[in-house]
Amino acid sequence: MFQLDDEKIKRLEEKAKDIRISIVEMLIEASSGHPAGSLGMADIFAAFYFHILRHDPTKPDWQDRDRLILSNGHICPVLYASLAHSGYFPIEELKTLRKFGSRLQGHPDKNFLPIVEISSGPLGLGLSQVIGMTLADKINNNNSSKKYFYCFLSDGELQEGNIWEAAMLGGKEKLENLIAVIDRNNIQTVGKVENVMPLEPLEDKWRAFNWNVQTIDGHNFKEIIEAVESTQKSNKPSIIIAKTIPGKGISFMENDYRWHSRPVSKEEGEKALIELKKDNA
Amino acid sequence: MLNQDLKLNSKIFSEDAEKETNRKGFGEGLVLAAENNKNIVGLTADLTRSTSMDLFVDKYPERFVQVGVAEQNLITVAAGMAEMGKIPFVSSYAIFSPGRNWEQIRNVICHNNLSVKIIASHGGLSVGKDGASHQALEDLSLMRCLPHMTVLSPCDVFEAKKATIEAAKIDGPVYLRLSRDKTPQITTEETLFEIGKAQMFFNPPMIAQAGIISTGPIIYKALQVAQKFAERGISVKVLNISSLRPLDFESIINLAKEAGAIITVEDHQIVGGLGSSVSEVLAQNYPTPIEFVGVHDQFGQSGDPEELYNYYHMNISHIEAAVEKVLGRKK
Repeated sequence: MFQLDDEKIKRLEEKAKDIRISIVEMLIEASSGHPAGSLGMADIFAAFYFHILRHDPTKPDWQDRDRLILSNGHICPVLYASLAHSGYFPIEELKTLRKFGSRLQGHPDKNFLPIVEISSGPLGLGLSQVIGMTLADKINNNNSSKKYFYCFLSDGELQEGNIWEAAMLGGKEKLENLIAVIDRNNIQTVGKVENVMPLEPLEDKWRAFNWNVQTIDGHNFKEIIEAVESTQKSNKPSIIIAKTIPGKGISFMENDYRWHSRPVSKEEGEKALIELKKDNA
Repeated sequence: MLNQDLKLNSKIFSEDAEKETNRKGFGEGLVLAAENNKNIVGLTADLTRSTSMDLFVDKYPERFVQVGVAEQNLITVAAGMAEMGKIPFVSSYAIFSPGRNWEQIRNVICHNNLSVKIIASHGGLSVGKDGASHQALEDLSLMRCLPHMTVLSPCDVFEAKKATIEAAKIDGPVYLRLSRDKTPQITTEETLFEIGKAQMFFNPPMIAQAGIISTGPIIYKALQVAQKFAERGISVKVLNISSLRPLDFESIINLAKEAGAIITVEDHQIVGGLGSSVSEVLAQNYPTPIEFVGVHDQFGQSGDPEELYNYYHMNISHIEAAVEKVLGRKK
């Protein structure tokens, strides 16, 4: 499952570019939404949807699929783009993001789009839900087809108390097939995470809660995939702290916290698309 | 005057009427429900024995999750289990669940119509000596405003047991309010229980001059008041609301039409609870004078439950006074 060569990495890079282009196109059309986190997580989403996840876009209800839960639902443009580029729904539909009647609600809503694993948006709740899912699977004791439960979190949402209640339970229950990826982009609505409410030493925190911890470059496909692979050796739940660049790929957005939730104007969007497409050539 | 069609406890007005906690009814009901449905799982936030979850844990330890003192996690972990097809029953005290985790209940459970059953003990002033911080007086209000939620408030051990079994059959969220102390057994094993149906517990053969509508164990006081009025030749009927949502509009409207005067009695804030519920129904369908017995915009304190019911004007004499007052308001 995890075999990787240069050609595969190149293909994943192309997928990530396609996803980023879709994100910008969606955000221009929606004239609201969250650009920085969506763009920063595009490589990780590409690695999961096009390499790591065991899933089948033609059978979204497949019982034995791996589960990928997005906790910080505000970066849903990257989720929707990944689903569309995987073939779950037409890429054209991405332009309905945040519009009345759209399946692509401002935050993922299972009532509108049942193929998302959970509705999300209120911060700090996804890790508990994925723990519940993993526990339910453990009770079913369905070892014939071991599946993995992945949860994507933002670093800012680690400021929510609910997260640390979940951290305690995950450590206690030794959920070895649970892997959480933290988008360590160091931005939140009002500024840098480390200024607003410091999380460091973040690795130590998770280790102290009895999780298996690694830190990686969230834009390096080899590191992303090898990190996920290495969690299979752990008998604890795993945390992968993925250092990412918010706004990645667009020079005037990168590392600027103001792009956390700033609308992308048509002009800005077109500039961004030129940058993304130029890199593609 | 007790409605014998309902097979209520005939000893109810005698000194030696049996008492039991409705928590125990939940615990027994959960074990019965779990025998029939292997998808039922149990979770608590520390409070295993004091919510009677221990009966389930003894029988199905592999289907139980202890999350520790963490009510937000309690709800969100249960949500994840429900997403995988489980039917989680989560128990705590009402002040903490739904008190502390309302946003998780709203956004995760109700919005997604997940089949999570929220079991909340220690509702009302009946908690007694623990004091204000542990007396949930707002929980019914918090739960009945949520789309998809079923809200149940059983009056005794048998209703609690049946409510638990019925809750397991509903494909969606349920809130079940329980109380701390042993309270009189008003119904029996044989009394029918149906979610969404109110029952006329006290039913004098004459046309009612006033109607009391009540919920939870405090209805016992309402029954005693109705009995006293009956001895004076005044017909006061008592309607038991064990299901606040769905609410039996028809029974409430019919009682209002018959009696022309209503008193609500609840161990909860008037605002948002049963009094508000009945007012909403009648204001729209059959405007009727109503008097409210319950907590009027205050917090509780330590004391024996009876001392508290006296202090907060929720005891037998106060219900009697409310009946007299509403009778005087009738046109």
